[in-house]
Amino acid sequence: MAMKSLQEFAGYVRQCKKELESRARRVLVCAGTGCLANGSEQVLNEFHRLSVDAVAVTKSGCHGFCEAGPLVKIEPDSILYVGVTAADVAEIVKTTLRDGKTVERLLYHHPVTGQMYRGEKDIPFYSSQSRVTLANCGAIDPDDIREYVARDGYMAMARAVADLSPDEIIEEMLASGLRGRGGGGFPTGRKWFFARNAQASQKYVVCNGDEGDPGAFMDRSVMEGDPHRVIEGLAIAGRAIGASVGYIYVRAEYPLAVARLRRALKQARNVGLLGDGLFGTDFSFDVIIKEGAGAFVCGEETALLASIEGRRGMPRPRPPFPANEGLWGKPTTINNVETLATVPAIMLRGAEWFQSIGREGNPGTKTFAITGQVANTGLIEVPMGKTLREVVFDIGGGLRCDKQFKAAQIGGPSGGCLSAEQLDIALDYDSLSKVGAMVGSGGLVVMDEGTCMVEVARFFMHFAQSESCGKCVPCREGTRRMLEILEKIVGGRASMDDLAMLEELAWVVKESSLCGLGKTAPNPVLTTLRYFRDEYLAHIVEHRCPAGVCTAFKSYKIDPALCRGCTKCRKTCPVGAISGDVKSPHVIDQSVCAKCGACKAACPFGAISLS
Amino acid sequence: MTPVETAQRKFRRVNEIIEVHGHEQAALVPILQEVQAEYRYLPEEILTYISTAMRIPAATVFGVATFYAQFSLEPKGKYLVRCCDGTACHVRNSKPVYDAIRAKVGLTDGKFTTPDLKFTVETVSCLGACGLAPVITINNEVHGKMTPEAAAIIIDTLLKRDGDN
Repeated sequence: MAMKSLQEFAGYVRQCKKELESRARRVLVCAGTGCLANGSEQVLNEFHRLSVDAVAVTKSGCHGFCEAGPLVKIEPDSILYVGVTAADVAEIVKTTLRDGKTVERLLYHHPVTGQMYRGEKDIPFYSSQSRVTLANCGAIDPDDIREYVARDGYMAMARAVADLSPDEIIEEMLASGLRGRGGGGFPTGRKWFFARNAQASQKYVVCNGDEGDPGAFMDRSVMEGDPHRVIEGLAIAGRAIGASVGYIYVRAEYPLAVARLRRALKQARNVGLLGDGLFGTDFSFDVIIKEGAGAFVCGEETALLASIEGRRGMPRPRPPFPANEGLWGKPTTINNVETLATVPAIMLRGAEWFQSIGREGNPGTKTFAITGQVANTGLIEVPMGKTLREVVFDIGGGLRCDKQFKAAQIGGPSGGCLSAEQLDIALDYDSLSKVGAMVGSGGLVVMDEGTCMVEVARFFMHFAQSESCGKCVPCREGTRRMLEILEKIVGGRASMDDLAMLEELAWVVKESSLCGLGKTAPNPVLTTLRYFRDEYLAHIVEHRCPAGVCTAFKSYKIDPALCRGCTKCRKTCPVGAISGDVKSPHVIDQSVCAKCGACKAACPFGAISLS
Repeated sequence: MTPVETAQRKFRRVNEIIEVHGHEQAALVPILQEVQAEYRYLPEEILTYISTAMRIPAATVFGVATFYAQFSLEPKGKYLVRCCDGTACHVRNSKPVYDAIRAKVGLTDGKFTTPDLKFTVETVSCLGACGLAPVITINNEVHGKMTPEAAAIIIDTLLKRDGDN
């Protein structure tokens, strides 16, 4: 049974809002993947067991502050407790919920300065952000459609379906200047415009949830924490181009996202927000979920479509573009999760509001997954154009363990590595592409001086090579040869000729590959060559790894004077490289040693050192 | 039971799965996923059977089954340990964790599954739990902030649990 009219929907919204307001106080326990792994489910269960009736305890999506989990938020007191265990719950119930005081030891303490913060709005990690797309993540129960509706959910869809014509929707999107958040940055409104103009009896909209970039997890958090927002965005896209069927393609590694989306779809159908004749119009819309099966290249739009059709997920040359010939040859629009999750906010608050955030040509906000060697890792959302320095030091809290900033790898395997000299670069599509990097998926991995940039380049090349679908020669063979050369360099066997060949190959692969995977695969190599060439030279000419990472240039040794023969190192060694009798000095067989450093960590006498 | 009956029993479940999803090629990936969930890998004779039942060329079925990383044509272990080697995990030393787990379950050479089919140890490119790096999953249960020592303890617990049964 579909919502028959806007009036009927307005009544439903009032009912949802009333329900939410009736809960004077709310306890939100994060149930994102990160917090669940840290035991947030037990925390939630303990709250349910102990809580007084007046308190509404619900799970929520990811708050973004994954490392500090499990997180417990108490509203309207605006208290955020971090690292909560089930054993802490009784104290929270007594001290905070009953007596109205805070449990100080559970508050967030800055890992570098040690300062204590009470709630989200005080913690620099949050206070420097502006949340639009992630506004509901961590604030609502993703499994309860009423909470989404109470926060103006599906309002934008109702407006788009009942009040606006498809052309008006597209005009609004064009005016907003929203660019695809999947990485390419193509204007979303134009994409919709092309598909709108294509003539066909059947069209499709597809949500690309195949987030394969290592180090990026914003799409996952949105799908897990606010699934209705993705569905709403997709429905608006469907209305704009004239599609009655939408697909959400989610990668296989995200089972929780699939489960939450499935439940969200069921709820939306039950209350009549999906189905036939929505809001009394002739617009019908429903969504099908397709699970990926583990292929990075399926993030590329034509490969993704092949995968939905049940074929090998290989890209094909464009044109024809999916807007004209997409799924089963029909006009199709493909948008990234984050793009679609931004659409409802634009439809609700207008293009002008959206243009007022960010910077010219790059309006709005962008989510980044900030990880690596920073104090605060997690998911953040900032206006386009914030500088790398602000993100790493203000929000990320600087580097952990008093280390120096060395590089930021931005945009995953399609992006590049920036050095300390680029710290003041604005994070937006145009500024980043000028220095050879990319917004890409928004993965931002911070590295300290203990990271070898050549090894990082090798790591990404290994990824690109193993994920190449093999259809076109430059990508299949080129990335393989590039990887071989990089392995020679980190293995201490390379010459300057190899370096020249690497650079030449990188340009060939970049310019002649069929799809985005191959075209961008050389980016990490090219940017490290540009900003960290001295490290390549150190490996090749001086036979040393400046960061002390590359195993070919180092060896672990046991100091016989300090070794007491406790056998701990021998037992820890994963490859059996250490031998020796009890109570007499042990030795490491260098030809067997995997140089993992486990022995050094295990030795209680500090007898093992790296040279 | 005659061999024919055994074969019928074997394919009955596959038939049920195909019935649910239909015979269109678009259903091939979900069907393979469900079959793999049932058998923990894709046995060759079942792939051939699917090809016949769905009237899709065997080359297409095998092509799809070998293209996607999720599918395995080899039996996998009871415990599927996936060590994340995404960028965040990689820079926070995921490699020693992987090595320690392999050593703990006794995997050598290029093998990923132990001969007793108890453990399969693989690396994956990103599990999307980067805030907890390095991360491993065991049959989809996530364990974050791993160290070689912690991983060894988890494996020990699994071994012990199996020993008790």
